[in-house]
Amino acid sequence: MSLLTVEGVWKSFRGHAVLRGIDLEVRPHEVVSLIGASGSGKSTLLRCVNLLETVDDGAIFLDDREITDPRVDVDDVRKRLGIVFQAFNLFPHMTVLDNITLAPRQVHKVARAQAEEEAHDLLTRFGLAGKARAYPDQLSGGQQQRVAIIRALATRPRLMLLDEVTSALDPALVVEVLGIIRELKQAGMTMILTTHEMGFCRDISDTVCFLDGGVLLEKGPPEKILSDPDHVRTREFLRSVLEAGRL
Amino acid sequence: MSPAWVKSDRQWERERVRRSRARRSTSIATASTIVFLTLVAWIVTSSPGWPRVQESFFSVEAFATALPDVLDGFLLNVKIFLIAEPLILVVGLLVALARGIKTPAFFPIRALATLYTDIFRGVPTLLVIYLVGFGLPGLRLQGVPTDLATLGIIALTLSYGAYVAEVFRSGIDSVHPSQIAAARSLGLSHGKAMRFVVLPQAVRRVVPPLLNDFVSLQKDTALVATIGLMEALRQAQIFASGKFNYTSYLVAALLFVLLTIPLARFTDHLAERTRRRRGA
Repeated sequence: MSLLTVEGVWKSFRGHAVLRGIDLEVRPHEVVSLIGASGSGKSTLLRCVNLLETVDDGAIFLDDREITDPRVDVDDVRKRLGIVFQAFNLFPHMTVLDNITLAPRQVHKVARAQAEEEAHDLLTRFGLAGKARAYPDQLSGGQQQRVAIIRALATRPRLMLLDEVTSALDPALVVEVLGIIRELKQAGMTMILTTHEMGFCRDISDTVCFLDGGVLLEKGPPEKILSDPDHVRTREFLRSVLEAGRL
Repeated sequence: MSPAWVKSDRQWERERVRRSRARRSTSIATASTIVFLTLVAWIVTSSPGWPRVQESFFSVEAFATALPDVLDGFLLNVKIFLIAEPLILVVGLLVALARGIKTPAFFPIRALATLYTDIFRGVPTLLVIYLVGFGLPGLRLQGVPTDLATLGIIALTLSYGAYVAEVFRSGIDSVHPSQIAAARSLGLSHGKAMRFVVLPQAVRRVVPPLLNDFVSLQKDTALVATIGLMEALRQAQIFASGKFNYTSYLVAALLFVLLTIPLARFTDHLAERTRRRRGA
């Protein structure tokens, strides 16, 4: 049984088709990476899953219930999803602790004391124990992104969506963020992530999907896709990544 | 090679559901509006004083007789507004720029600009109109205008210039320092950086609040009635005291509303455009 099923999803912006019939299945505890050039549709696919975009056609199922049905309560779906953005998007006027406990308290009706206790546990687990009272602008980029991940985790999502979470960070900070994601995988979290870090992608993914011009060209275990892909487009993409020195 | 999109049955069904939900929202909105308006109309017309009010505020006959005079006065409001508006923009922008001058030699200009905004934002517009309208000609200085309309325009410009200067200044402040850093590192002087990089971005951002101030200015042109200008409100007052009927005030109010609504919608439209651009 799959946790998330994407079936023939189409999406265009102003007449330009960004997703052209995407099919994808994600099993529980599976980590799926989406790779491909900018504009290939990776981020749009994540935004469709999170219902930040309305699909033009096709359907998405979460735990076998269709979430793209117009009658579905969007907030109810999003309660079960965690998303982390490239630019962190922490709330600058709140402390780290308040950023993390906002959704548990306001959406999931957890008591403040309990929400804060759980937040402290997560902060300790991910090496940010001393930062609970700090404001986002007092943290490094890597710390901010770790807080953003914890914020998404605090609502105990069924599925985490990570959209190029390391793209805005310098290499030294990338390592600490990737560390968290590895730990999440070990804890059994189901994740879909888009990334340009091919080494990390190979290391963490159960399945790698290569998107090209809105089409899911090929999909398979990382050893296969990243080393011996079937499609010439995939090979071209990997070669350009190699030239940029990111493999 | 790329697949073509043929709309699936699921999508047809989904769009049908969306349409029927949209229809439902529209009918609910219509129904609740009708209920609300009926209720308000019923409460007003069933009040004990309604017949008297209807007679003295909503007389069709008085409306027709008052309209020409009030409209005539209203043209003066429009004139004042149209002249004052560009003047206010110039004063506001100059004062905002003066407050941003960092050169020590120009400190007096900066201080003066600060003093100006402090004073004219603090003093009620009505008071400024009194002081300028009665005080300025009282000085009997050579070259000081005595024409009431000119004095009214000066007073409104002084008062609104201070508000608009602050709007401009907040716009200038909202442009990220990195933009100034980029412009200055290309060798542009402070003035050129302002003119080519900062101001164009700032002005775009402050257009909605500026238009909001102008909507407010349109109404406040009625305040010049207090120094004896025969504009819409004054004409309405004259009619009301002569005929013991207040319908003329309703006429004036309608004219002001008719003038502000297009500007208000335009402001909304601009705000919506900015919002959409940011979302994309």
